[in-house]
Amino acid sequence: MCNTCGCNITPGNHQLVMAEKPKNGVTTISVLQNLLSQNNHQAEHNRSHFDTHKVLVINLMSSPGSGKTALLEETIKRLRESLKIAVIEGDLETENDTKRIQAQGVPAYQITTGTACHLDAHLVHNALHHMTLDGLDLLFIENVGNLVCPASFDLGHHRNVVLLSVTEGDDKPAKYPVMFRAADLMLVSKTDLLPYLDDFSPLKAEQNLHNLANDAPVIEYSSKDGNGLDAWIAWLQAEIEQYRALLLNKQTQRPKVQQEGQLFHAEHDQMKFSRINNKTV
Amino acid sequence: MHELSLCDDLLGQVVAIAEQNNAKSVESITVQIGALSGVEPLLLESAFALIRAGTIAEQAELIMQTSPVIVLCHACGNQSETVANRLLCNACQSHETSLISGDELILSSVALNCVD
Repeated sequence: MCNTCGCNITPGNHQLVMAEKPKNGVTTISVLQNLLSQNNHQAEHNRSHFDTHKVLVINLMSSPGSGKTALLEETIKRLRESLKIAVIEGDLETENDTKRIQAQGVPAYQITTGTACHLDAHLVHNALHHMTLDGLDLLFIENVGNLVCPASFDLGHHRNVVLLSVTEGDDKPAKYPVMFRAADLMLVSKTDLLPYLDDFSPLKAEQNLHNLANDAPVIEYSSKDGNGLDAWIAWLQAEIEQYRALLLNKQTQRPKVQQEGQLFHAEHDQMKFSRINNKTV
Repeated sequence: MHELSLCDDLLGQVVAIAEQNNAKSVESITVQIGALSGVEPLLLESAFALIRAGTIAEQAELIMQTSPVIVLCHACGNQSETVANRLLCNACQSHETSLISGDELILSSVALNCVD
C-alpha cells in the first residue's frame, strides 16, 4: 500500500482506474484515494510518534496458537538486560497474554478488540495514550491471531513478522498470500514438533513464500528447546541497528511491501479530488 | 470481517467529498479492488449496505471494479498476468518482480447528485 498519497495507482492499473464514463445529471468526482486513507493517516502519525522516541516497532502476526506470546516470552528473557522492551497485546477477549508478558517484567498493554478481528492504527494510537515510550528500544505489537484481516492495516509499525507453526501446513503462504507477501521475516515456529509430523516441509513453506516474490529471510525456531532463537535475536538486533541508522539520516523504516508501493505511486501525488466532468442538467 | 472497518473509512471519505461539493445525495461510489488487497468484494458489498444507512450515501450504488494481478519482471522486463499466490515472472520464472496491479484498494470516484 502506498503511504505517500494512499492511492495504489501504478502504471499497470492507471488506465483501468481513470476510465470513468460520464453520467447525466450528476457530478462525478475522481478521488483516487486509498480506502484506508483514514487508517493510513493515523498510522503515519503513530510512526512519527515512534520515531520521535526512537523505538523500533514490530508487528507480530500469525494464526491463533502459532506461538506469538511464547516467542515474546523467550525474546524478553534474552534481551531484557540489554534492551528496554514493551508489548501491546491485541486479543478478542481475556488479558491472559498480557499477564504472561508482564510476568517477564516488561510493560504490556492489552487492547481487547471484542469482535474486531484485527488491530488498526486508531486502536494502537489509543493504546499509546496509556503507556510511555520514553527510553524504549523495542515495541512489539502482538496482533490478533488471524492470517487475513491484520495484513490490510498499517499500524505505523516498522516491520512485519509473520509466524507459521509446523502444525499448520507448509502451504499457508500460498493460501494467505496477502499476509505472507507483507512479511519482512517469516518465522517457522514449533520446530521441536517436526519429528512427529510427516507433512510439513520447512523448505516447501519457504518455496511458497518465495512464490509470492517475497525474498524475506526465514528462520526456523522452537520456543521449547531454544533452537533457532539466536538467529531471531540476531535479526532483531540488526533491525534495531538499521533503524537507528535510518533515524540518524532523518528517515524511517517501513514494512517492505509499503516501500515498494511508495516508489511506484510517488508520481501520482497530486491526483486527489479532481473533477473529471461537469454537471449536465 | 474487516470489510466493515474498511467501509467505515470509505464512507467517511465519501461523506466529506459530498459535503465539500454541496451534494444532495450520492449516486454511486466506484472502488477498485485487487485480489491482493485483502478485501473480499462480496463482503464489502454487504458491509456497505449496513453502514450507508442514515447517511447521505443511503441510496448510493457501490460499483466494484476488480483489477488483475500483474507483475513486472526486473530480470527480463516481461509483464505478466498471474494469480495472487504466484507472483513470479511467467516468462523467466524470476522472483525479481514487482506488483504493478492487483493490490488496489482505491476509492476511484464518487458520483454526486448536486441538482436541486
